[in-house]
Amino acid sequence: MRGYSHGHPVFLPPTEIARNHPLTEFLDKRLLFVTGKGGVGKTTVAVALGLRAAAEGRRTIVCEVAAQENASRTFGHAEVGFHEVEMRENLWSISIDPDESMREYVLLQLKVRAMRDMLFRSRIFSYLAAATPGLKELVTIGKIWELAQLDRKVKSGRKYDLVIVDAPATGHGVGFLQTPRTFASIARVGPIHSQAQQLDRLITDREHTGVAIVSLPEEMPVNESAALERDLREEVGVAVDRVYMNALYPERFSGEESERLAELAAGEDGAVRAAARAAVSEHERARSQRAQLARLRRRVEAPVKTLPFLFEPELGVDGAEQLARRLG
Amino acid sequence: MPSVGEILDGKRICICAGSGGVGKTTTSAAIAAGMAARGLRVCVLTIDPAKRLADSLGLEELGNEARQVDPALFAEQGVEIKGELWAMMLDAKATFDELVARQAPDEEARDRVLGNRIYQQISSALAGSQEYMAMEKLFELHTEDRFDLLVLDTPPTRNALDFLDAPKRLTQFIEGRSLRVFMKPTGFAAKVAGRGASVALSVFKRIVGFDLIADLAEFFNAFSGMVDGFQARARRVNSLLADHRTCFLVVCGPQGEPVDEAVYFHRKLVEAKLPFGGVIVNKVHYPAERLRGDGADLPAVLAERLGEDLGGRVCENFADYQALAERDSRNIDRLAGELRTQAVIRVPHLDEDVHDLAGLAEINRYLFASAEQREALAAGRA
Repeated sequence: MRGYSHGHPVFLPPTEIARNHPLTEFLDKRLLFVTGKGGVGKTTVAVALGLRAAAEGRRTIVCEVAAQENASRTFGHAEVGFHEVEMRENLWSISIDPDESMREYVLLQLKVRAMRDMLFRSRIFSYLAAATPGLKELVTIGKIWELAQLDRKVKSGRKYDLVIVDAPATGHGVGFLQTPRTFASIARVGPIHSQAQQLDRLITDREHTGVAIVSLPEEMPVNESAALERDLREEVGVAVDRVYMNALYPERFSGEESERLAELAAGEDGAVRAAARAAVSEHERARSQRAQLARLRRRVEAPVKTLPFLFEPELGVDGAEQLARRLG
Repeated sequence: MPSVGEILDGKRICICAGSGGVGKTTTSAAIAAGMAARGLRVCVLTIDPAKRLADSLGLEELGNEARQVDPALFAEQGVEIKGELWAMMLDAKATFDELVARQAPDEEARDRVLGNRIYQQISSALAGSQEYMAMEKLFELHTEDRFDLLVLDTPPTRNALDFLDAPKRLTQFIEGRSLRVFMKPTGFAAKVAGRGASVALSVFKRIVGFDLIADLAEFFNAFSGMVDGFQARARRVNSLLADHRTCFLVVCGPQGEPVDEAVYFHRKLVEAKLPFGGVIVNKVHYPAERLRGDGADLPAVLAERLGEDLGGRVCENFADYQALAERDSRNIDRLAGELRTQAVIRVPHLDEDVHDLAGLAEINRYLFASAEQREALAAGRA
């Protein structure tokens, strides 16, 4: 339990929170959750944060949950599964499968081998585990907690300075991060109650745990990011440290230039017209995106950092490297 | 290359499926509006739409009931709704409660389920409940036979496959067949299933606590009279999905990952013998018009017309867009090849993101255009 104190989480009123702490301070936490709606680039941002932290000498692991393999795919690596696999110097990746987490949890709880074997052979156990609402999420967060320990429970477990979680898409609000709190109230007594409470303390520990929301410069993602920040604050007791506005177009042309180009397009054809139209489109998009960026800044409390749209066919690790350098 | 109108000709149900963030909600609304414009009574079922889109459809105060969209709103955008357009926002929890009320043998059984803490978790928070209830509402509306066409915007799932699996998973859970045996207070289970099971149960109790086990037992007991009803209903929902007048449209984006997802989802549809209608690719960068061989001179021409600085930036920007257009067209070719279909409808990346009726009307023009018309429309933009 080193790394996380047994003490109570520190809740600071919004005004007292250092709003614009530098990236170094963010990466110096022990655990980061990267969250947001589907399709906004959570994995890319999680990997970029991982690359940056690793490049600065932190031993870092990027975790996928629910058996996803997006991070390993970004690295062009084969599936890593429930193993801590090295991707770069100082940078590892794991895909946390809830069934494997459950198994590991039981192994750590039960010391008698015969009992464990019997348990794993029993289909009833996996059935019960599957039937209990939220248990999969809970053991997943349990594994994340385990990875973040300086004194690892897993035999010969590597010590990490930073654990980054590519959290599930927020289809159902704050569900994932809320699980320990919900579970602690369902299971009112017993070991899982105290463990759920412990996990909730981990999630709400502002000193060691950080949360970043990834958003896009469009109407719906901006609305959802604002709603997500509010729900995290009100329902989970977590303050968001950063909102990354991802894939922002550059402002290549002024309004005046755009008008001039529209005139040019009207009187031309062929490549000149196509190029002029593309420029006008770019100007329009960049402008509407700036309006969304301003909306996001008005609607969230956390500092908003921008990441550029990368004009690249596929965003592999090279794209993540570029973003890692641009992270604010 | 057919239009959406041709694909949906004679269909009663259209299910728009795809991973999150690809524009399913907007596409569903545009399809429903387009079919209503053709004279059908159409209802679109959506979950969590963009607030402004909901507002513009007059949905801000919707409960779990269908409401008619004012045709005048579309007329302002140049779309004449000859039929009727209805819309509803799905409330998964309310739908589940209604279903329980319908299946429960009496009021007491209903209240026992509705008051159970496990049920409250499942009906509002458990992954899969939204998907299950979307199917349920679809089935209910279909049975009522009030509409010519139902368009379902599927919930945002991390993986498009979840949508197909969720109802089955949830029904299995409610059935809880093997589990219920172990919940009986007699300890009968331990005798039947032997030492392994009793150890499993005791370990499980040790992990989660006794009260949770008690809640689970209470849950399965409360549901026990309704299992048959749920199963029968699930079977009917499944046969409705497989009906030849149902049509699945896969919605995706032009990047590699969404295309991979679409290919995967299509394969699952085929395996499950569900009727695939076509694929809609949103936010496509159309390639520029044929350049008639003058592309090579472009930098010089632009520099002459606009000056070195602006001309250079226009050129650079054009090259970036052309690269994206080439990527999109490569990915879409791959998609069409993998799916062995001509029914790939490309909707361009519009200058503004779509969240209002004007945007819907614009998308609509692409969805319901013939392939030639679509190319001509897109030729207006590079």
